[in-house]
Amino acid sequence: MDFLRPADWREALAAKAAHPDAVPLAGGTDLMVELNFDLRRPARLLDLSRVGELADVDTAGEGDTVVLGARVPYRDIVERLRSPLPALALAAHTVGSPQIRARGSVGGNLGTASPAGDAHPALLAAGARVEAASVRGSRLIPIDDFFTGPKRNVLADDELIRAVHVDAARGPQQFAKVGTRNAMVIAVCAFSLALHPHTRTVRTGIGSAAPTPVRARAAEEFLDGVLDEGGHWDHGRPVPPSAAARFAQLAASACAPIDDVRGSADYRRHAVAVLARRTLHWTWSAYPAPQGAASCA
Amino acid sequence: MPVIPSPARVTQQSHTGGVGTSAPRPDGTLKVTGEFAYSSDLWHEDMLWGHTLRSPHAHARITGVDVAEALALPGVHAVLTHDDLPAATHYGLEIEDQPVLARDVVRYQGEPVALVAADHPETARRAAARIRVDYEELPVVHDEASATAPGAPVLHPGRTDRHAAHVAHPNIVHRQPVLRGDADAAAATADIVVVTGTYDVGMQDQAFLGPESGLAVPDDDGGVDLYIATQWLHVDQRQLAPVLGLPPEKVRLTLAGVGGAFGAREDLSMQAHACLLALRTGRPVKIVYNRHESFFGHVHRHPATLTYEHGATRDGRLVFVRARIVLDGGAYASSSPAVVGNAASLGVGPYEVPHVDVEALALYTNNPPCGAMRGFGAVQACFAYESQMDKLADALGLDPVELRRRNAVSQGSTMPTGQVIDAPAPVAELLRLVRERPLPPERAWETTDPATGARTVDVRALPGGLSNAGHGEGVVRGVGYAVGIKNVGFSEGFDDYSTARVRVEAVGGEPVATVHTAMAEVGQGGVTVHAQIARTELGVTRVTILPADTSVGSAGSTSASRQTYMTGGAVKHTCEAVRAEVLRLGAERFGWGERHTLRLADGKVVTAEGEVMAALVDVLGGEAVDLELEFRHRPTQPFDLTTGQGFGHVQYAFCAHRAVVEVDTELGLVKVVELAAAQDVGRAVNPAAVVGQIHGGATQGLGLAVLEEIQVGPDGRIRNPSFTDYLIPTILDTPAMPVDVLELADEHAPYGLRGVGEAPTLTATPAVVAAIRRATGRALHRVPVRPEHLVG
Repeated sequence: MDFLRPADWREALAAKAAHPDAVPLAGGTDLMVELNFDLRRPARLLDLSRVGELADVDTAGEGDTVVLGARVPYRDIVERLRSPLPALALAAHTVGSPQIRARGSVGGNLGTASPAGDAHPALLAAGARVEAASVRGSRLIPIDDFFTGPKRNVLADDELIRAVHVDAARGPQQFAKVGTRNAMVIAVCAFSLALHPHTRTVRTGIGSAAPTPVRARAAEEFLDGVLDEGGHWDHGRPVPPSAAARFAQLAASACAPIDDVRGSADYRRHAVAVLARRTLHWTWSAYPAPQGAASCA
Repeated sequence: MPVIPSPARVTQQSHTGGVGTSAPRPDGTLKVTGEFAYSSDLWHEDMLWGHTLRSPHAHARITGVDVAEALALPGVHAVLTHDDLPAATHYGLEIEDQPVLARDVVRYQGEPVALVAADHPETARRAAARIRVDYEELPVVHDEASATAPGAPVLHPGRTDRHAAHVAHPNIVHRQPVLRGDADAAAATADIVVVTGTYDVGMQDQAFLGPESGLAVPDDDGGVDLYIATQWLHVDQRQLAPVLGLPPEKVRLTLAGVGGAFGAREDLSMQAHACLLALRTGRPVKIVYNRHESFFGHVHRHPATLTYEHGATRDGRLVFVRARIVLDGGAYASSSPAVVGNAASLGVGPYEVPHVDVEALALYTNNPPCGAMRGFGAVQACFAYESQMDKLADALGLDPVELRRRNAVSQGSTMPTGQVIDAPAPVAELLRLVRERPLPPERAWETTDPATGARTVDVRALPGGLSNAGHGEGVVRGVGYAVGIKNVGFSEGFDDYSTARVRVEAVGGEPVATVHTAMAEVGQGGVTVHAQIARTELGVTRVTILPADTSVGSAGSTSASRQTYMTGGAVKHTCEAVRAEVLRLGAERFGWGERHTLRLADGKVVTAEGEVMAALVDVLGGEAVDLELEFRHRPTQPFDLTTGQGFGHVQYAFCAHRAVVEVDTELGLVKVVELAAAQDVGRAVNPAAVVGQIHGGATQGLGLAVLEEIQVGPDGRIRNPSFTDYLIPTILDTPAMPVDVLELADEHAPYGLRGVGEAPTLTATPAVVAAIRRATGRALHRVPVRPEHLVG
């Protein structure tokens, strides 16, 4: 196995162009497990630990967008980006153990593209863009277009993820996950909801309940209509319970889950509905002015 | 010797630290700081790495094996198959039915088929992948129906073991009935309230953190030295010698650092394989399983289906219990017969029942082999009989604790086996202690700012924990109780003994005791306790514990909650003989005559009144007193094969638990808020270690209640062989665990002590499930309870 260690981003892109089969290695929280258990034997590893800019967080750039370097560890997101990226920070806090959160990163989560990746629902809800680059140039991929199948994404063989662009939250966001253990657990399912008051829309993200992370588009459209017609964006009053229930039901029907060792398909649908209803309540309670919003440890 | 020295060689110099004190563990700091040398850290210059090729099928005929390509790989030193075995080809703890390497049939997924030794672990793995094995798959036997159906494949044809004659089908390893009174007649009487239930217990794993590992070093004398993490050095030696074709004295074992055991190291894993490769290559051979392989490399707890019928008078007196306990033993016998004996004899729990009809049996199937795990047959039964007691209390309109109290055994009670409990059995008192403890405050996860009224929640204290699944919605509290009974020590007539060698001598003008046993320190704290006993009995402060090895007599197994009783007892017994010899020497040297009241304290010989007769070092002079003695508990009897009657158990241990849970009833997520225990330990030789055992046992029981299961498909394959999907409790799943310790001496035991480690494992599971039932109103017949059992 060849171990490529580019010193900077330019070298990294050149190496990936020369060796499209090289597997990028950042925190190693997915890849090293696969190597240790002999589940995967790539011919080459591309170690990105010397590429300093991948660990940068740029909050001063274009407008209110946070440019999150691909290997910024979850720990830093939890500690430093709670305010601009609330859903992602909540999701980051549910990842593994403190040791894993100190190494794992959103870039790695996207690279693996597991339907159970904790960051994905939050990125979907926030409407993130993935900055992919190659020697040919770079592009911003809307998160909605990023996932193409179980553990598959839209990246070309010569591309690497440089950063994720996420607009700083302008409204409340939430992320909730179900696992059978109270910490250090892979999601049985997850749900994220973001309110976008400036466009008077909501966005959602569902994890572990379909072949890829997905949005619950019908649920979003339904809720957009309810909020608009009821004047909720203006008066801020709660959504009627019947509408919340319908939103939850539509979120569940966006799922295409399977039965596996972590849970049954029926349970996943049920739990996504519960999480959708709860996150709607939590986010809307925090709108327009945060008034003792339920905080999370 | 370039082997990493055993971490067990410790000199304990604390000046206080006799029996009854919480002397600190000599290995504690090393383990917490990561410096403790585990068996997986063993190293020998020049060593090779062994690797095991395992069957991908649960049941298949081997039609061909070709090792040529593996042997051709550079760096490979040996490849062994069944045909290369030099002597005995099978081994086993109770029945020698397990092949060292499969010959013509594999009976479970993961069964060892071939071995490789290479100069690098990666090379060994690659070589194993090049061994071509042709399999012809066979029908899989996976439960009682398929194992005993007409025409079912017989997994072990031609059985000659001691159980073969009395079982109804050759796929039944052993069956033990226990009959007392006339349960059928009692069940037919009028005015009896009867409840029935069928309960299932999933396959739990011991989930020790240090995987199977060891190092075999061939010796010039043709023998082999094995450095190994095990639970019983001498039973390994007994099984290894015939397989290696060597006399036992040429198979020398030394305990390496053990990273947990819980029963999973009672059977051989890589021991024979490493020794065979070392003897074949003439080089030291190390084998370390990784986590995935470990799930296939040791036995698990027997899954069980238990059908119970309890009958009681309207005022809550048990009249009869009928039960049938079916344990899945998997492909090989391991300790299934003894597990059956426990399940049957302890099957009605710590209750007085005049009419009993219980049968327990273990099956041979193509599932993973099951054997010893903390609680050993009593865990499965306890979940069922305690679930039944709650059901009965509901049917009678009685408080569940009150029903238990009315039927609780006490000293003088007769067990269904006819054995009279001849030591304290404070079952009612244990229940009272957990019942009367104040309940933890409700909604501790919620705080409201008195000034602003703002509500905040701490998700760590809520069901779902860090996942942020809820902020208190639908959370309902429940409280549940359970009490249990576990035997201590090896039962059913087994000649159970331990050996200790104790030496006392003057070193640098100070008396020093050296204790040498073959006891496997697996984390239970035996090395701490041995030093405490030596200090108390010999009045010395400096005690050296030598590494455990087979150059001293057997210490028996570190299991069955027996080591403080048994090897602790052996250390005490030998210290007493050493002390007698010291006093005899003193009498000879100083002429103080035959005085029976002399004792040793603070390095001196003193009278009962405290008068100092001589310093211990002056009595000894340049001599050492050095003795090796065996210690036995009182004999037991086998259970009668048709009635189950017999004085089968050495000692009983009792524990009660109260569980307080909060359940997110919309998502089916559980947070155990508190798990309060009360246990009688006879004498707390090391109180801190006693509480640690109760905490650890309870946590493992909690794991079985809500998390831990090896999921095996109908094809006999394990679906979750990793710690990603085999979930053990984290600190956020582990509640506050207040403990009441009773010390009611058992006059038959050293210091009156009672084995501690297993009883709390029994009771935590049914207590937690009872609490979940209270919170949700659901019947819950199976553990572990999963979220989908609680919703929908």
